[in-house]
Formats: sequence, C-alpha cells, structure tokens
Amino acid sequence: MTQSDFLKSVLPFKDKVFRLAKRLLVSTEEAEDATQELYFKLWRNKEKLAEYKNVEAFAMTMTKNYCFDRLKSKQASNLKLVHSNYKEKDTALEKKLEYQDSVNQVHRLIESLPEQQKLVIQLRDIEDYDFEEIGKMLNLKPTAVRVTLSRARKSIREKLIKQHNYGVI
Amino acid sequence: MELSKIESLLEKYLNAETSLQEEVILKNYFLSGNVAPKLQEYKAMFSYFNYSKAETLEAPIQLNTKKRNWKWLSMAASVMLLVSVYMGNNYLAEKQAREQYAQITSALQLLSSNLNKGNKAMANLYVYEDTVNKIFKPSK
Repeated sequence: MTQSDFLKSVLPFKDKVFRLAKRLLVSTEEAEDATQELYFKLWRNKEKLAEYKNVEAFAMTMTKNYCFDRLKSKQASNLKLVHSNYKEKDTALEKKLEYQDSVNQVHRLIESLPEQQKLVIQLRDIEDYDFEEIGKMLNLKPTAVRVTLSRARKSIREKLIKQHNYGVI
Repeated sequence: MELSKIESLLEKYLNAETSLQEEVILKNYFLSGNVAPKLQEYKAMFSYFNYSKAETLEAPIQLNTKKRNWKWLSMAASVMLLVSVYMGNNYLAEKQAREQYAQITSALQLLSSNLNKGNKAMANLYVYEDTVNKIFKPSK
C-alpha cells in the first residue's frame, strides 16, 4: 500500500476521529495529539488494513480505546482534566448561533454523561452512523446501542427542561 | 411540516427508534428557525449537534516525521563510517609506508657500513701493495 493509497482510504474520516477524541478528552490539543497518534498507528499497520472490511469503524474503535487509555493514565498520574477550566479555542462558530447559551448547556450536559452514552450520542447524533456500525465500533449489540442512546437523549432533554424552567444549572 | 408529525417523530427519537432519514427531517425542522415555542429544548440540542459536526481537525497529520529522521540519521551515520574508513585506510597506508621506509633505510645503512668495512680492507691492501713495490722494485 503506497502512502497516497493509504491517505485516500483514511483521511476522509480524520475529522470524525478528531471529534470523537475531543468528546472524550475534552481539550482540543489532546484531541489533536490523539488523532496524530492514531494515524501513526494506522500507518504502521497499513499492511493489515486491507483485511478490515470497514477501516473507518476499525479506526473509530481504535480512537475510543486510545482515548480511554489516555484517560486512565491521566487518572493514575493525578492529572485529571478539570472540566470547568476548559475553554473553547474557536468561539467564532458559537457566536453565530442564536441560542448560544442553551447550546453551550448541551455541550456541558453531554460532558456530564457516562462515557458510553457520550460515545453513542457522538456517533449517532453528530456523526450519523447507523446502529449496526456503532455496535461494531463499541463492541455492543445494536439493541444495546439503542437503549444507551435513548437514555442519553432523554437525560439531555430532561436536564435542559429543568434548566429552562428554573434557570439554574 | 405539521407539528403533530414532528411531535410523534420526537417521541420515537427519544426512544431511539427513528431512522437516520427521520432524524434528518427533525434536524431540518429544528434548524429552520421556525420552531414551536414548546419545543425549544430540542432546538438547542439539534443546533449543538449541527455545530459540533462542523468542527474540523486544524493540525496537519504527519506520517513520516519519525521515519524520515531515522533515514537521515542512518544516512549520516553511513557517510561518517565511509569517511572514517577512508581516513583510517589512508592513515594505515601512511604508517605502513613509514615502517617500510625505516626498514629499508636501516637495511641500506647496514649494507653501506659493511661496504665501508670492505673499502677499509681494500685500503689496507693498497698500502700493502705500495710497500711491496717499495721493497721489490719492479724490474723493467
């Protein structure tokens, strides 16, 4: 496999990899590092890639596992991410949005979900994968994906309504 | 899109029973800017999903940096090796030449000192011949 063949097959989903990494690792820099690392790994194993029917799903699984490892090693070394200190680097996009506040709230609500629900929301509602694919990526049955997704969606909605009614986070 | 249809789709959406196509309908509705007031919370959700999807990786992906470094390093190392072998060879050849020169010089010196001994002996012979000539005057 030449470098250009390799890039043709893996570059189309680089943004998806990056967004998934960012969903789990929170900071943009961490997510960029993780994406870089993932592509190194894919490049090193490029001969094996042909064996996989769905390289994209394989890459998403690798990203998830790599990010979980990162999070674990961070906890072990007491370098836990402080979520409240986190600031979005690029605010230009956000400013364009009418409902900036409630949209930011959605971001924080997803951040507070359990990891599995975070992943499912990311893969379904943001990346538009079908249940079959998500199941492969997360090593879950499609029905389990459905249940997790339903919980996540309901939980986000309920919390938003609560905030909307009482005006408190 | 009728509100009742949107509401029934939302019901399915919360149970994760909507298809991807149905979710596109919902997304389009909530991003249209014409959303029923009682569904505002969904507007925030779908706006956020849409906004998140637009985020892209800004940093370039590099595949070869590590490998290229190794390549350059090994190239430099092999050049150094060649140069040092060449220099070492030169030095060795020079050293051998010096040794040979020293050996030849000492051999030649030995030869010449021996030759000198012979010359001295010859000189004695001449003295001897002269004396002999003095005593026995050669007859004509």
